[in-house]
Amino acid sequence: MSLHHRHLLGLEGYPAEDIQTIIDTAFTFREVLDRPIKKVPSLQGKTIVNLFFENSTRTRISFELAQKRLSADTVNFSASTSSLKKGESFKDTVQNIEAMKIDACVMRHPTPGAPLRLTEYVDAVVINAGDGTHEHPTQAILDMTSLQKKFGYLKGLKVGIIGDISHSRVALSNIYGLITMGAEVTLCGPATLIPPHIEELGVKINYNLDDVIEWADALNVLRIQMERMGISLFPSVREYRSLFGITTERLANHKKEIIIMHPGPMNRGVEIESAVADSDQAIILDQVLNGVASRMAILYLLLGGKAES
Amino acid sequence: MKIKKCAKKLLLINGTILDPLAGKEYKGDVLVENGKIAAVGKISTKDADVIDCSGLIITHGFCDLHVHFREPGREDKETLETGSRAALAGGFTRVCAMPNTDPPIDSPESVRFIVEKADACPIHIHPIGAATKGQLGKELTEMSGMAEEGSVAFSDDGLPIMDGGVMRRVLEYGGMLDLPIINHAEDVCIRNDGVMNEGRTSTRLGLPGNPVEAEGVMVHRDLELAKLTGAKLHVPHISTAAAVKNVSEMKKQYENISAEVTPHHLFFIDDDLKEFDTNLKVAPPIRSQSDRKKLIKGFKNGTIDCIATDHAPHTIEDKEATFDMAAFGMIGLESCLGATLNVLVEEESLDLMTVIKALTVNPREIMGFETDIFAEKTPAELTIFDPKESWEFSKNDIFSKSCNSPFVGRKLTGRVKYTIVKNQIALI
Ligand SMILES: [Zn+2]
Repeated sequence: MSLHHRHLLGLEGYPAEDIQTIIDTAFTFREVLDRPIKKVPSLQGKTIVNLFFENSTRTRISFELAQKRLSADTVNFSASTSSLKKGESFKDTVQNIEAMKIDACVMRHPTPGAPLRLTEYVDAVVINAGDGTHEHPTQAILDMTSLQKKFGYLKGLKVGIIGDISHSRVALSNIYGLITMGAEVTLCGPATLIPPHIEELGVKINYNLDDVIEWADALNVLRIQMERMGISLFPSVREYRSLFGITTERLANHKKEIIIMHPGPMNRGVEIESAVADSDQAIILDQVLNGVASRMAILYLLLGGKAES
Repeated sequence: MKIKKCAKKLLLINGTILDPLAGKEYKGDVLVENGKIAAVGKISTKDADVIDCSGLIITHGFCDLHVHFREPGREDKETLETGSRAALAGGFTRVCAMPNTDPPIDSPESVRFIVEKADACPIHIHPIGAATKGQLGKELTEMSGMAEEGSVAFSDDGLPIMDGGVMRRVLEYGGMLDLPIINHAEDVCIRNDGVMNEGRTSTRLGLPGNPVEAEGVMVHRDLELAKLTGAKLHVPHISTAAAVKNVSEMKKQYENISAEVTPHHLFFIDDDLKEFDTNLKVAPPIRSQSDRKKLIKGFKNGTIDCIATDHAPHTIEDKEATFDMAAFGMIGLESCLGATLNVLVEEESLDLMTVIKALTVNPREIMGFETDIFAEKTPAELTIFDPKESWEFSKNDIFSKSCNSPFVGRKLTGRVKYTIVKNQIALI
């Protein structure tokens, strides 16, 4: 059981069988996480650095926990890109870290393509923990793990991705992954926040949220950033909520009960109503636990951990 | 590359003389005496240094209307001297240097600085003066005084003149002096924070896109204003089908229009950026395959008049950054002939004469430079090249102070062997 690629940079072109292997392995680790003793020795002796060039408490904690559960040694490196602008180059920073002899780098960086550059500068296995608006493959895998756990299948599943697609770090990886696994994807959000030419990736666009709710088995609701309002990408929270907000009232108009996901952090009362976020329809907290299990699976498979019971 | 003084009598024999002014190609010799053309044709003479040009083309020295030599201010990237060496390696004997230096060339005094420095360089360098003070797009520069000192055109290149009212005045004032106005045609509001062509590839890579309309809209505005004012407008580094169409339409109504295309816009497509190669980050951006095809078509039908490199040197530090922070621009002098012939002659089967005209007669005509290079007593400006040689461009072929070229490792067709200018010969 091994993967075709040495690194996990993104899900564009990533083999379906590998995605399935990761999801299946994540299910195994999910069982481990339900045990009283949640630690396995799979990655004992391996050193992993978490390189965060941008704040992301959730993703970092999820990775750290996954590493600890696998008994790996971890170090954290946080740097704001503003300090990079001041002098030390990206290359210098990462080569310094490479010099410390590590086995894997988990990197979050605001710029698309940064993980690919990293593979040129270091020998370690590189795992992309989000490169700007490009890819965030581990998030997409945890989303797919959550969907498969809920529905038992991905092929033919109808998934709506709602909100700010353009500035999202999770949308593209979700699109690539879901399409590869045979799911159908419809995007729904303000036209100003949907990237041009995105239909060419095999998704549909529908600006009518009610149509999408009627069609979908699950919705992945993205966070809307208030800063976008100021640069006239959407006019007001009121209008956003009325067009694209997920509310109990709106969901109640449809017979079929659909699943609601959110990558967090949520703006309660904006893109998602509190009552929806806390309802049984929402699997948001399950996503968090699956996040740890999926990241354990990825680290385990990429770092050649030995099979354990 | 070796540069040495020409022998008192230098005889180029057995070459194919390609005269782009007369549109003639024939076997023959060229005699250069004291750095000047002495005879062209079948020549027998004694006591001359002889260069055998069998299999090679002898033609006018190339002329590039668009280079950035970074002096003054960023001599760590390029100087007039190092830029000249890059030019010689690419067969260029004459270039026009853009004014976006630090400080910009926006006064008669700063034009004189370039002219005086250029005098000591091994090629002819003509400054293009800034069209507005500080290239801020607001107040006119002293164009007349700058022209007197040697400015051959006006441009705020690098920075588009966004205010249409200012552009109109620049055209009116420059038109009065009968000098070309060159506007970097990108609407910065439409371009927004785009770092590559907007399209399927930019969306796939999660990079902000710069749509073709940013150029189309600006070129359209500039063309209308040129017609309104009667000025000479030269459209630089045309990159989109829309701009080609606009230029082609306007040329039917108004004659003082010219346009250039770069070798890199003819050679690359946006898909080539999929590995986030910052050397392919340029402004205007590398466009889609369909735009590229329209540029080739526009070149073939004469809508595009000349090839210009937009040679834009940057340090390793400026380019070895993440994609968002990397500087815009690539060097292009050394790879120009090989890239251009590879696309236009090798792949598109265009005749060599048309392509060479776009590197010689046409740019000289646009700027009002001497075009009769083979005339007796003309100071020799010659380029001798092998039109067929297939070669891989490497770092060793770069003579610029910077090495930000995406052509490294690429197969090119056609290679410069000798460049003769200012009574010197460069052996490449
Ligand atoms: Zn320009």
